[in-house]
Amino acid sequence: MKAYIITGGKRADSGKRVPIAALEEMRTLYERNQADVSEAKSGRTDLIFLIRFRHCCLLRNQRCIVAYLYDRLLRIRALRWEYGSVLPNAIQFHMAAEEVEWFNRYKKSLATYMRSVGGEEGLDLTQDIKPPKSLYIEVRCLRDYGEFEIDDGTTVLLKKNSQHFLPRWKCEQLIRQGVLEHILS
Amino acid sequence: MCWSTSGDRLCLSLFVQGSKLEIPMWLAKGLHDSKRRLISVELPKIYKEAWRTVFSADANVVDLHKMGPYYYGFGSQLLNFDNPENPEIAQTILQTFISRFRRIMDSSQNAYNEDTSGLVARLDELERALFQAGQKGLNDFQCWEKGQASQITVSSLVQNYGKRKFTEMDG
Repeated sequence: MKAYIITGGKRADSGKRVPIAALEEMRTLYERNQADVSEAKSGRTDLIFLIRFRHCCLLRNQRCIVAYLYDRLLRIRALRWEYGSVLPNAIQFHMAAEEVEWFNRYKKSLATYMRSVGGEEGLDLTQDIKPPKSLYIEVRCLRDYGEFEIDDGTTVLLKKNSQHFLPRWKCEQLIRQGVLEHILS
Repeated sequence: MCWSTSGDRLCLSLFVQGSKLEIPMWLAKGLHDSKRRLISVELPKIYKEAWRTVFSADANVVDLHKMGPYYYGFGSQLLNFDNPENPEIAQTILQTFISRFRRIMDSSQNAYNEDTSGLVARLDELERALFQAGQKGLNDFQCWEKGQASQITVSSLVQNYGKRKFTEMDG
């Protein structure tokens, strides 16, 4: 169980498979303890140690599982800020249904909050994470992406290695996702 | 981790009063009870008097990574077991940290773009984390000085996934 925590990525397993072995073990421990507690009550005080020992193991397993799930949740939350509001399929595939739902609720929460600050239109807090120096920036395309529409209606073809001069706010997300590269002049 | 089967057998041998065993810290904490005296804990040698004297003489020369890489954390947890030497142990841990801290802070703030393995080799995990925090501050500052602070970068999560199977994804 601890091995999973240390290797840690979300790729290590979906939110389901890993804790199952640990949960099975917990169930066995608990049942054995239940049996022994009733025996201990009827006089066998030598069992107290064994019961206590199993209880410690149960708590330990619980703590490991909770730590693992919490770590996953923190990474999922970070994805909203660093990647965007739409998760790629490859990642969603490795998430448990509850985690996807958590992500959606977090998204909604964040959107509500952002709408409530900064006046009428709200404020997109996920933009301009680095202080902007200019309205337009030079970018290079790192892989084939396809057509990309800018605000004035024109489209740009993002092919691998092509360079463009584009509005910063449109590119920010693509740069964070690794599609484009921000070039400083 | 198969506690249920081997664990029961472990328990039966623990049961023999006076037997000595090595068990993980979380188990010792769980079994410890000041009223019932189920177990008694023996201090690991680096927390005992002999080593405590070494630490008070000069804490900077000790290889804390070799001496169990979690000297501070583990030492703090050791205080849970009502040992009569607890005040001395606590004091030693604190003083050790104080005397080593200055060097860690200095080196982390001055080693820019170089191999730091020599500097961190003898630090325990807590100190290594501090060192890393110092390095990050230094690197961020240098980045700002070079005018790169406004450059938008790839998210680190994306970079790590990219090293695995990101190519199967369509843009």
